[in-house]
Amino acid sequence: MSNMASTLFDKVWDAHVVKKIEDGPDVFFIDRHFIHEVTSPVAFLGLKNRGVAVMFPNKTFATADHNTPTINQHLPVQDALSANQLKALEDNAAKYGISHWGLNNPKNGIVHVVGPENGITQPGMTIVCGDSHTSTHGAFGAIAFGIGTSEVEMVLASQCIMQPKPKKMRINVTGKLGKGVLPKDVALYIISQITASGATGYFVEYAGEVFEQMSMEGRMTVCNMSIESGARGGMIAPDETTFAYLNGREKSPKGVAWDTAVAYWKTLKTDAGAQFDLELNFHADNIEPQITYGTNPGLGTGISKNIPLAAAVKDGEASYKKSLDYMGFAEDEKMLGKKVDYVFLGSCTNGRIEDFRQFASIVKGRKKADNITAWLVPGSHIVESQIKEEGILDILTEAGFLLRQPGCSACLAMNDDKVPAGKYAVSTSNRNFEGRQGPGSRTLLASPLVAAAAAISGVVSDPRDFL
Amino acid sequence: MAYDKFTILTSTAVPLPMENVDTDQIIPARFLKATERAGFGDNLFRDWRYNPDNTVKQDFVLNNNIYSGKILVGGKNFGSGSSREHAAWAIYDYGFRCVVSSFFADIFKGNALNVGILPVQVSPEFLDKIFTAIEANPATELEVNLPDQTITILATGEKESFAINTYKKHNMTHGFDDIDYLQAMEKDITSFAAKSLY
Ligand code: SF4
Repeated sequence: MSNMASTLFDKVWDAHVVKKIEDGPDVFFIDRHFIHEVTSPVAFLGLKNRGVAVMFPNKTFATADHNTPTINQHLPVQDALSANQLKALEDNAAKYGISHWGLNNPKNGIVHVVGPENGITQPGMTIVCGDSHTSTHGAFGAIAFGIGTSEVEMVLASQCIMQPKPKKMRINVTGKLGKGVLPKDVALYIISQITASGATGYFVEYAGEVFEQMSMEGRMTVCNMSIESGARGGMIAPDETTFAYLNGREKSPKGVAWDTAVAYWKTLKTDAGAQFDLELNFHADNIEPQITYGTNPGLGTGISKNIPLAAAVKDGEASYKKSLDYMGFAEDEKMLGKKVDYVFLGSCTNGRIEDFRQFASIVKGRKKADNITAWLVPGSHIVESQIKEEGILDILTEAGFLLRQPGCSACLAMNDDKVPAGKYAVSTSNRNFEGRQGPGSRTLLASPLVAAAAAISGVVSDPRDFL
Repeated sequence: MAYDKFTILTSTAVPLPMENVDTDQIIPARFLKATERAGFGDNLFRDWRYNPDNTVKQDFVLNNNIYSGKILVGGKNFGSGSSREHAAWAIYDYGFRCVVSSFFADIFKGNALNVGILPVQVSPEFLDKIFTAIEANPATELEVNLPDQTITILATGEKESFAINTYKKHNMTHGFDDIDYLQAMEKDITSFAAKSLY
């Protein structure tokens, strides 16, 4: 019977194929579609030009996040182009009957934070959004991935996209994470081992003790970063942790529907003997707090280590040198002690309540370093309220930090939160590309604990020294 | 959005022999604020083309007029990063119809095909040959033949096949897009949706 064994990914994928096209993509049905102001306007324009309606408006959800300001959100948005995009989203949502959580709506926040926290994201679903970090939702055992604007238009028009089925990879991480080692470190470690293109063409399933023990927030951080290894997405089999997280959330099934759903969700796991195209194994003992030194997320290392020699790096040597030049670093330098100017806690990678708890655990009773500008940006209004309710805001304020309002913020610097040219930012976001956090900015990706250690010491520091 | 049909393209090429060219470089986020698809070509590779004061960076290949053409040749892992289709629009709008690399990021590849840019994946060896040929003579022409699925360095006759699925090939050669196809399936989709759990 082993040839009947299938993977979690196969089970969910195959349940959504409307039609297989010979030597072509599958016509793939989408259960949930998230839209935001940046990648949707041209899709709506396309619909209008074709004279086509939205097929299932109740399966699409709109939130404003990418270019929203993170202070004074009650005031009109100053930047005319941003304001124009926000208005377009609002108008399009109203015109087509799509639910819209705009600025100042209590449910507003980063699309990949608000989806799960309102129970819109559920196991077994297919979920897309015009943002590559849609992979976040895979934490629930959903197939979730980023799409381009043409595909946003396809989903609006037909609730389907044309997708060739990716190959399958399983990444197993066994053991127990050490003190001060967070899910973000697991993600950065994996990417540093397999490179920024190591999983291109694959859909990843994360399995093993480390992920079984992880909270939903942590699983979201890991799945979020899947795209940074080139994977189309990543997913984790739903379990009791998943069900406990979803139970009672606004859009979660209720009553009998809940029981039926959970019974189905329990079948969503990889059968023994199911085949993957590639299987990789790592051990938690080899993972320490991580930090990146280059201009793609694969160029990272354990925080206690030195920057590798060009010869030891799998990427091309020329790109590697260009990358270090941009960062103002040299081969074999120590990461510890490097000067930091900015600290960013936030984004759909690390803007959830658990990330703020971690950050607070280090800054509690200490003071922000004078040379640091810190942007602490909750992923949503709900996270913001939790920060206040749990007393974390008091800890932050006492340590000299300010809490901003929700949004993508310095993750992609489309609003005013831009790191100036040449400055160094320790950032809990997901990309350290040239100019990602503002033209000329230099980004060091890390966990909320590493960010906190940098924020109080003013330099790259090992968070384990503060725990 | 409709695009021009693609059959056989013979053109000189612009070399960008760099790996991991990500979509934030192709079009930086601050240029994503339009609500229409127009003018993105002006900001293609913005921060590599221009200094912060908007003066031209002479050493960047797009500013070197010995290189031109409708084909962009990039290093491994071209188009990694963000899902922004604006990256493909910028490349198309600038005037490229084909990008050649030894490896493409998945989302970029899909977006390129959807906007009418042909991504041609060649072997690392063949990519090197193309770079060498262009370096030796910037007037080197490449022929990209979609019906035959081949790419040829015309000066030397060196040739390699590339893969594309039948469905996408048909779309590209006819200038069709997926929505035309999906709309014809409306009944199937509606009955599929009726059985959905969600
Ligand atoms: S926080 Fe960053 S990665 Fe996440 S949705 Fe916003 S822009 Fe995209």
